[in-house]
Amino acid sequence: MSSKGKVMLGMSGGVDSSVAAAILLEKGYEVFGVTMQIWPDMDGDRQKNEGGCCSLSAVDDARRVADMLGISYYVLNFKDIFKEKVIDYFTGEYIKGRTPNPCIACNRYVKFDALLQKAVSMGMDYVATGHYARIVYDHFSKRFLLRKSATESKDQTYALYTLTQHQLSRTLMPIGDFTKEKVREIAGEIGLMVASKPDSQEICFVEDNDYGRFICENTDYKAAPGNFTDTSGNILGRHKGIIHYTIGQRKGLGITFGKPMYVVEIDESTDTVVLGNESEVFSENLIASDLNFIAIDKLEYSRRVKAKIRYSAKEADAVIKPVETGRVEVRFDAPQRAVTPGQAVVFYEGDMVLGGGIIER
Amino acid sequence: MKDRLIYLDHAATTPVKPEVLEAMLPYFSQKFGNASSIYSLGRESKKAIEEARDRTAAAIGAQSKEIFFTGSGTEADNWAIKGVAYANRKKGNHIITTAIEHHAILHTCQYLESDGFEVTYLPVDGNGLVTPDTVRAAIKPNTILITIMFANNEIGTIQPISEIGKIAKEKGVYFHTDAVQAVGNVKINVDDMNIDLLSLSAHKFYGPKGIGALYIRKGTKITSFLHGGAQERGRRASTENVAAVVGLGKAIELASQNVDEYNKKLLALRDHAIEEIQKNIPFVRLNGDRTSRLPGNVNFSFEFIEGESLLLMLDMKGIAASSGSACTSGSLDPSHVLLAIGLPHEIAHGSLRLTFGEENTREELDYLLDTLPAIVQRLREMSPLYQVAAR
Repeated sequence: MSSKGKVMLGMSGGVDSSVAAAILLEKGYEVFGVTMQIWPDMDGDRQKNEGGCCSLSAVDDARRVADMLGISYYVLNFKDIFKEKVIDYFTGEYIKGRTPNPCIACNRYVKFDALLQKAVSMGMDYVATGHYARIVYDHFSKRFLLRKSATESKDQTYALYTLTQHQLSRTLMPIGDFTKEKVREIAGEIGLMVASKPDSQEICFVEDNDYGRFICENTDYKAAPGNFTDTSGNILGRHKGIIHYTIGQRKGLGITFGKPMYVVEIDESTDTVVLGNESEVFSENLIASDLNFIAIDKLEYSRRVKAKIRYSAKEADAVIKPVETGRVEVRFDAPQRAVTPGQAVVFYEGDMVLGGGIIER
Repeated sequence: MKDRLIYLDHAATTPVKPEVLEAMLPYFSQKFGNASSIYSLGRESKKAIEEARDRTAAAIGAQSKEIFFTGSGTEADNWAIKGVAYANRKKGNHIITTAIEHHAILHTCQYLESDGFEVTYLPVDGNGLVTPDTVRAAIKPNTILITIMFANNEIGTIQPISEIGKIAKEKGVYFHTDAVQAVGNVKINVDDMNIDLLSLSAHKFYGPKGIGALYIRKGTKITSFLHGGAQERGRRASTENVAAVVGLGKAIELASQNVDEYNKKLLALRDHAIEEIQKNIPFVRLNGDRTSRLPGNVNFSFEFIEGESLLLMLDMKGIAASSGSACTSGSLDPSHVLLAIGLPHEIAHGSLRLTFGEENTREELDYLLDTLPAIVQRLREMSPLYQVAAR
């Protein structure tokens, strides 16, 4: 039997990865489905959690889809690396007063590193996922490029900016070329029972989205109440601990001021949460570090880009400029709301991901 | 590509023997009577069950009325431990077991701990053996039960059951053994070995799944497990699964008739596999005792590689093998057994268990032995740790 190569496909039992399997088979790849076991051991009740790409119900659903498509299916254990690189990073960032994006860490260290390594060691040619993004090889620059998905509203390139050339060369994202409607249509054609499953959202390992409680239950962190101050340093009141706040937050501050007040800064060293008015939550620039560039080897001179400062943010016109080693300054044409340390900033040129980094300040 | 299946996982389950299946078949559609019914069709079922009970008793040197059929080995374990614990609570609340038991034992003990019982989990040595002296030393005035597995499902180590039984008898403490892996592989006599309760499961010795039995020595104080009708003399209510009971009876009879020949066959495969793997693959560790070991069990750790990748690659080559304990989803967790015999966490993640059985041939073993070194080599080449160690 000749094939275009062996592919290890991450499967969640959802529409996207299931359709990805069907497309890969259609294209002539030999497909091995896997679901990653990533959550720490939990008692029986919490195992019922339905959400996320890697829950127990995901395993059941993915196994059913694999059986239907007649492909091999395995569950692989990545608990240790997920704990180290995603959960510990996530809690650690909040404790430092920052707002992390664990999905990016999961893509960077688990899906496209640990899983890829395992796949390669087992003789696979590629890993594949059901991400909405496109990987194309550019003969001119001799680089693999990451482009936005055909369905811009579903595009997931923001969470994939860390991918290296090596990783991109070994990765397939087969649904990136299709619209969401077409994907649903293929799901219907091949008789997938999952066509009505809701999209997974939120942080998969935090139940109820209650980060504060998760951090208290899973780390040594002790709630350290501190002061709310204004931007001039005047004390406005007490807060319940910096992990409970993020830049731009207005609701749930626990006190009222007669006018809308927003979190504009979190200072871990003094446990202070600085509040400001609407205008003070906007920034004209930011500094990013921990950079990865895809379309270019490194940033050597200023470039005009569209910059995206969080998953749900609109792209903003900006100029990026290398500053000291390993850092860039992003200067926006118009000030941006809630630039948040710990989140990623991703740079686009057209539909192409130039690169990205982590917001420092 | 996958043109063959070599099944090397008989500790997980075994195929039903044709003779066993043949014995069972009439009890589905033809002799379908309820064993509690008074008419001949019912009596026929009752008779078949009692014959199976006789066969089961004979296989382990028990009396027929000491055998109670259950829905599984796990059920037998649950019943033995909870039943003795609750019936003897006034006498004491202390239970002794080991760190390497099957989860059917460990989780039952943990449940009892949450209900006020005290459990001692005895350590084992590097080969997985419990020393009788540690058992003796652990007994306290409030000890009511010792439960120690006959043979370990992962590493195959066979415990000194007779010696432990002697100590239990001397101290007046009930002794239960989970013999799910041992029955069919080891000769067992409950009287000679001073065993008070023994769990077994048919699908481990070429019988059907979903049927097990608990031996309960006459006079043992134990609560009933399922309350309802008068089946199993009122101790385990449920309409009997006649066909499965018949299958268990037939399978255990065949197993005890064959035990010497079966041992001889399995020992030859096992020892050849152990020798060849040790000879041809560097950085391996045989887990479990070399001699006090189930005849069909081989368990190796391969340093620098994960058992999970190894199993998947063997599966792609048509070889069905196993590792430590599989967790809820089917992925592999570090084995509590390997941790208990002192393996570090990273190695406890990666063992390969091969368990041979009736239908395996030398030719199949040779295929495995040809395939395995290359897979291990490939996985190691990809391992950064191995690159460092090799230098």
